[in-house]
Amino acid sequence: MSEDVEAAVERARRSFERREKFSVVFYPLLAILILLVIWELFTLAFDIPEFLLPKPTVVLQSVQQNAGLILQESWVTAVEIILGYLLSIAVGIPLALAIFMWPFFSRSIYPILVASQAMPKVAVAPLLIVWFGFGILPKVLIAFLIAFFPIVINTVMGLTQIEKEKIYLARSMGLSAVDTFFKVRLPNAMPSIFGGLKISITLAVVGAVVGEFVGGNAGLGYQLIVANGAMDTPMLFALLFGLTFLGIGMFLLVELAERLIVPRHMIGAGGGKEMI
Amino acid sequence: MTQAPTATGNAGAVYLDIDRITKVYSTPTGTVRALDDVTIRQRPGEFLSIVGPSGCGKSTLLMIAAGLSSPSSGSVTAAGKAITAPRTDIGIVFQSHVLLEWRTALGNVLLQAEAHRIEKGEADRRARALLKSVGLEGFEDKYPHELSGGMRQRVSICRALVHEPKHLLMDEPFGALDALTRDQMILDMQKICREREISVLLITHSVAEAVFLSDRVIVMTPRPGKIDRAIEIDLPRPRRLIDRDSPNFTRYTREILEMFLARGVLRESP
Repeated sequence: MSEDVEAAVERARRSFERREKFSVVFYPLLAILILLVIWELFTLAFDIPEFLLPKPTVVLQSVQQNAGLILQESWVTAVEIILGYLLSIAVGIPLALAIFMWPFFSRSIYPILVASQAMPKVAVAPLLIVWFGFGILPKVLIAFLIAFFPIVINTVMGLTQIEKEKIYLARSMGLSAVDTFFKVRLPNAMPSIFGGLKISITLAVVGAVVGEFVGGNAGLGYQLIVANGAMDTPMLFALLFGLTFLGIGMFLLVELAERLIVPRHMIGAGGGKEMI
Repeated sequence: MTQAPTATGNAGAVYLDIDRITKVYSTPTGTVRALDDVTIRQRPGEFLSIVGPSGCGKSTLLMIAAGLSSPSSGSVTAAGKAITAPRTDIGIVFQSHVLLEWRTALGNVLLQAEAHRIEKGEADRRARALLKSVGLEGFEDKYPHELSGGMRQRVSICRALVHEPKHLLMDEPFGALDALTRDQMILDMQKICREREISVLLITHSVAEAVFLSDRVIVMTPRPGKIDRAIEIDLPRPRRLIDRDSPNFTRYTREILEMFLARGVLRESP
């Protein structure tokens, strides 16, 4: 008799989980669909000209017609984003380690870091074009400049914010400095570091597009400028969707890395918040 | 039964020798004297508890005994050696479990073994035996967030014992637990101490806990922390929970309670 009750409870839990999983996908899709329908009806009802706000169906057509171009240009932008992002990790993490380990370095570099963030990096873009031309390099550099700051800040935060008892414990165990870092401090900082990495990937996307705006001859940002000049608003929207998917894709990649590296129950424990 | 306020204990072997230490903290609003001329001699194998109100410097005392903090004046020696650096031959338990969230119960215990370079097979065997002895068999592969508060604290006690230290230092280890879990932990603690040769220094503000577990209880005054009195607990072992209501037991708890009332640590309205 009691086993029947347990089996029933187990069954109820499973069906609840199935419904949860379904609704996580279903409701957002439903919401998007409803918004698109409202958009379509709105443009129809008020007879809004296409160059102002094209109907979703027209945008969809434009996506279909330009699918090859959008994919090709997405690849260009994706490479810029990934290179800029990797550079910001390669510079940001060691910089954070140096700031954490050497107080004098931290005191000298921190004001400069903060000042560099107060300056809008979009404004530096023209200068980078002057220095490095119209190739891929200035886009990568702008993506890097915008993206690396959260990585530095979150890594330093993660390394310094630790229960003091954990450090006492490590010392009373006689753990070496290297072991204390790799066995206690670094794993403790991982959630916070990934918080920074997730913020940074979205910023790297912004950086690459800005670079293409200012001086590009390829990429989604460049095509946006072209479509804008041609008053091809459906294409503008098509490119915006392309950019959105690219951004989400990049973010999901970082989140996948986080799932592989950080234990599930620690995710989100650091400074960063779940964004999706 | 009652001894001179210096708490030197009986003549004979001394394991931990805290000799006339004073600890003064400098703060922006002036200096604070946390400990004032404290002398404690712990015998080898002795279970020694320190009770006192919050802010009497008893946690500071434990930090100094562990070599994690140094006294402003006075000296500390353990087994004849002056303590100038963190002692690595001890087990330490804090009020919070301080488990590493990314390690399992077993992994947390093994961290201590890794630090002491104990051979893997031997470390694994010892860690599993310890976890089993505190009723955590079957929980070795659980992460801290999957364990209850009492289980977490048991894991941290196992971690403090896996390298078989001669000295166990505990700072209000059961303070965050519910009453029933506390009672079980106190029984577990008594069993653990009977099974091995170990000196224990327990910081607590639970009078009953201190009397139940200890060979000797040191009562401290409010800030600045001084030793008020040391009381030998002359009760047969093993002690049982039911003994707490016996006249012999309550004689001790009452004595300490009366000291707290006399010092104004506790105030009863007339």
